[in-house]
Amino acid sequence: MAAAAFATASRPLRAASTFFFRRQALAVYLLLVPPLLWFGTVYLGSLFALLAQSFYAIDEFTATVVPRLTLKTYAQLLTQPANLDIVLRTSEMAIAVTIAAAVVAFPIANYMARYARGRMKAFFYVAVMLPMWTSYLVKVYAWRLILAKEGILSWCLGALGLDGALAALLRAPGIGGPSLSSSYLGMFIVFVYMWLPYMILPVAAALERVPANLLSASADLGARPSQTFWRVMLPLAMPGVAAGSIFTFSLTLGDYIIPSVVGAPGYFIGMMVYQQQGTAGNIPLAAAFSVVPIVLIGIYLALARRAGAFDAL
Amino acid sequence: MRSSRDWEAPSAGARFAAWAGIAFLHVPVAIIVLYAFTTEDRSYDFPPPGLTLRWFALAFERSDIWAAMRLSIGVASLATAAALVLGTLAAFALARSRIRGKNALTLLFVLPIALPGIITGIALLAAMKLVGVEPSFWTIVAGHATFCMVIVYNNVVARLRRLPQSWIEASMDLGADSWQTFRRIVLPQVATALLAGGMLAFALSFDEIIVTIFTSGHQQTLPIWFFNELFRPRDRPITNVVAVLVIAVTLVPILLAYYLTRPATERD
Repeated sequence: MAAAAFATASRPLRAASTFFFRRQALAVYLLLVPPLLWFGTVYLGSLFALLAQSFYAIDEFTATVVPRLTLKTYAQLLTQPANLDIVLRTSEMAIAVTIAAAVVAFPIANYMARYARGRMKAFFYVAVMLPMWTSYLVKVYAWRLILAKEGILSWCLGALGLDGALAALLRAPGIGGPSLSSSYLGMFIVFVYMWLPYMILPVAAALERVPANLLSASADLGARPSQTFWRVMLPLAMPGVAAGSIFTFSLTLGDYIIPSVVGAPGYFIGMMVYQQQGTAGNIPLAAAFSVVPIVLIGIYLALARRAGAFDAL
Repeated sequence: MRSSRDWEAPSAGARFAAWAGIAFLHVPVAIIVLYAFTTEDRSYDFPPPGLTLRWFALAFERSDIWAAMRLSIGVASLATAAALVLGTLAAFALARSRIRGKNALTLLFVLPIALPGIITGIALLAAMKLVGVEPSFWTIVAGHATFCMVIVYNNVVARLRRLPQSWIEASMDLGADSWQTFRRIVLPQVATALLAGGMLAFALSFDEIIVTIFTSGHQQTLPIWFFNELFRPRDRPITNVVAVLVIAVTLVPILLAYYLTRPATERD
């Protein structure tokens, strides 16, 4: 009974299935219709709206957006030194964070990809993934507690007798500030912490694919471990580093919460976008500012593609 | 004489660096959990003077937290449902086909996570302003569904590419029609990837703040509640408890998703 009912119920399904199995191209296009409709209208539509808004300008007297195409907003963005400073500061931070994340991630990725086995390997992967997926805001909050003036880090350094070193570091021009929680150094640490897993995972994936016998061959031919590292391992891991750097670079460029919570005095692109659309009500300038990271990431992606980053994603 | 054994056993330094890195990743989260139990309610003195469960009871009675929690779960459920449908369709279409423009489409479908979240957020806001849509529950869901779809798509596409084509051929050779092959071979293989993708999408949406700030009006999701508390701290002990709750709610789906998609080499 049940089997018969199943057979009749699924007869149209069977017929449809056979029909589409024979016309796979048609099936592909039909499958694509709903996701493309959604993406085309909601996402691409929004991106175009953003682009359009960036070519509008705000009327200084009425403080309303004038829907007429103009380059005034871009001129304002590119000619005011304060705005250029913001772009430069954000890019510098993104590059510094990317380099530091690669340096910190490499030993972890190396250990989990090439030395850990079985359960230990699984443990390492989970141990990297869990903090990556743990609430972003909770992690930012944790760092605020850690970096605060009477926070955990200064307590630990005090217990170790290193508070003098911290004070000296905070007096350093450019990176210092009154406390770690209001300095570029503190912000840098938080950024590196936040995006570290995004670097570890692709680098580990790239290192998993490095054949062990290449490293043995290098050693057999007389290379010192450091030579093997620089000449064999690093070039083979580079696509992974490039893939991870796309995340660290892009995420740092667009973030506005970390610079406002772990606050140094200078503005960042994300904060500018947030502030211009919110309190200032200047959507065109916010839109123009958010085009900057898109352009920077486009340049970066082109460079990363040349380094073979997309083979490791 | 240097032997190949140098590359087989990690040096003490390599081992230390790896474990130090793992500790670096976990200490901040552990500290938040510790602070949820501290008896001190004003400063963040370390180490905490004593431990208590009082703040959990207080947080439990707060209606604003429950309302924010309910809203976040509602948004995450709907966004995940939409993402599951759209992401699966896209994955089935693009996993093995060789249609023209496939590379462009693949790039398009990962764009929401390749570009910073603030761009998705401000773009949605710019579009809402142009079209005249007021921010509401549904604009939050629409924003979340867009990047959640990418997570589902990535999970399902990876599984479909790993599914050996020979299994499908074998099934058809043994007399199954295309529907039976789909129902009995493809679907069971993809099911866990779907479940994992859905779990991750839920966790991502539940926790999302960057896009949500732009697409929500007066609605207060749990991350927005938390965000306000970051800038105008009123009840620090309650905030600590909510932080632990958020960690707990996202931890379960993430661990399950990992368990469902772990590589075969780890199943011993």
